[in-house]
Amino acid sequence: MSEKAGKRESGTAVRSSASRTDVGPVAPTRLAASPLDTGRLRVDFPILDRRIRGKRLVYLDNAATTQKPRAVIDAVSHFYTHENANIHRGVHHLSDRATVAYDEVRQKTARFLNARSPREVVFTRGTTDSINLVAQSYGRAFLTAGDEILITGMEHHSNIVPWQLLCEQTGAVLRAVPLNSAGELELEQFAHLLNERTRLVAVVHLSNALGTINPVKHLIGLAHVRNIPVLIDGAQSAPHLPLDVQELDCDFLAFSGHKLFGPTGVGVLYGRESLLERMPPCQGGGGMIETVTLERSSWAPIPAKFEAGTPMIAQAIGLGAAIDYVSQVGLPAIAAWEKILLDYATHLCNRIDGVRIIGTAQDKAAVLSFVLDGVHPHDVGTILDYDGIAVRAGHHCAQPVMRHFGVPATVRASFAFYNTKEEVEVLADSLVRVRRIFG
Amino acid sequence: MGSLATLYQDLILDHNRAPQNYRSMENANRRVEGNNPLCGDKLTLWLRMEGDRIRDVSFQGSGCAISRASASLMTAAVKGKTRQEAEDLFQRFRRMVTGSLDPSEAQSLGKLVALAGVSGYPIRVKCASLSWHALKAALDQSDGVVSTE
Repeated sequence: MSEKAGKRESGTAVRSSASRTDVGPVAPTRLAASPLDTGRLRVDFPILDRRIRGKRLVYLDNAATTQKPRAVIDAVSHFYTHENANIHRGVHHLSDRATVAYDEVRQKTARFLNARSPREVVFTRGTTDSINLVAQSYGRAFLTAGDEILITGMEHHSNIVPWQLLCEQTGAVLRAVPLNSAGELELEQFAHLLNERTRLVAVVHLSNALGTINPVKHLIGLAHVRNIPVLIDGAQSAPHLPLDVQELDCDFLAFSGHKLFGPTGVGVLYGRESLLERMPPCQGGGGMIETVTLERSSWAPIPAKFEAGTPMIAQAIGLGAAIDYVSQVGLPAIAAWEKILLDYATHLCNRIDGVRIIGTAQDKAAVLSFVLDGVHPHDVGTILDYDGIAVRAGHHCAQPVMRHFGVPATVRASFAFYNTKEEVEVLADSLVRVRRIFG
Repeated sequence: MGSLATLYQDLILDHNRAPQNYRSMENANRRVEGNNPLCGDKLTLWLRMEGDRIRDVSFQGSGCAISRASASLMTAAVKGKTRQEAEDLFQRFRRMVTGSLDPSEAQSLGKLVALAGVSGYPIRVKCASLSWHALKAALDQSDGVVSTE
């Protein structure tokens, strides 16, 4: 694990942090470059010291949102304390600094995703916003009645509803690849559902409700044989798996800052440059234009064309700090540690009477979804909360997944690299207590 | 903040395991669906009114222990009561689960006081209230769907 840590990222991340001396104390100081020392990393996350009802917080709701390292909190605070100004067109020093800092995050994000150019990185409010952008820009421009959009049965609502809206607007048809009983895609069905009417494929990389990792590179290859562009929902994969848009060869990839240890309110849409160039803007306003007359306007080059209005500047600065942080820890090391945690949690939960794990894919990461025989997930959630454990109980914005498994809801423990084996044991002990209370 | 033992009392756990009046009703004259969209709890409530009086009441649905036990206790509490009595009871119940009940009123709630612990868990108030909202809608004669949102 230590050998792999940060192989791809650490060099660039350290360099880019060092070049931003003005932007504040964003570089984490105590990060070891190689081994994933959870004990030391946890110190970087102030909230992990919190006590809930007198118990130490065990935060296992990372698929909903992740906690923020001091480096991110400080970067946002530093920006507002010392550098706040609106970007672009300002001739004054602060505006220039803010513009540079904002653009640097775009470059950093491009490196993080291995995009060919920062022009392929559009800042959005988050994954949902990114997917809606593709639906309303690409979709409305290039899809017509009878065209098909292919998604899967394990999508988050944010990768279902934008396409349903698009279908209502254009007369396009939404199709979904079914799942098997383990919560994996039925791959033959994927190939079968791709046809001459398919115009777009949108697939989740790592399922938020099941933990399933989809073979997206393979799916992209199949779609590209028919010249069908593919959008990858990377909301869950970005914090857990190394992403390389050139290696995947995806056409769009969406993720959220707040699930990557960054602030809420900022996300990313990666788009292949040739596609972004052809796409019309879907919001008008300042920042996205070249010239405006009272009759007509022309658009700024990409990616500004898609960023109408004052963007989320401070949040983007925070995202930059988060990318630095994650890159220094190293996604390969993160993935390896989380695999150990997930396997351990799976092992302990399987020993508890009445636990049924929902989602048993071969290739799985960071998410343990389960039901407890005869106990509603909300009651489980309340009792775990009493022990200081934060999990999610509900449908996880994936109601079709719940229907597929015939459950109204599940309990979901989702891991981040700062979680420990001891925390997994606290979870298992608390589940035994639930069992005891409900008999 | 309430303790777990006050929230998950034996009475609650018993009503969750074996809820009373848990059946559909052929000769009902009112039927209401209740939904808690946040957590996906669903409930169907049947009423048979005779004039102003609740002659029979029953429910079915899926939900957490708090919502099932509350629905069960609610049906037991309102059966035979007039509309006005049931609505008054709902008002007191609501004050109890939101922590604003006058202690002198507690006794009038009977077995429903088992749900007093909910006031320590604001997020669970909707679970406890779902069946009551459905009852209110049924009493108001608005057949259809009610939601906690």
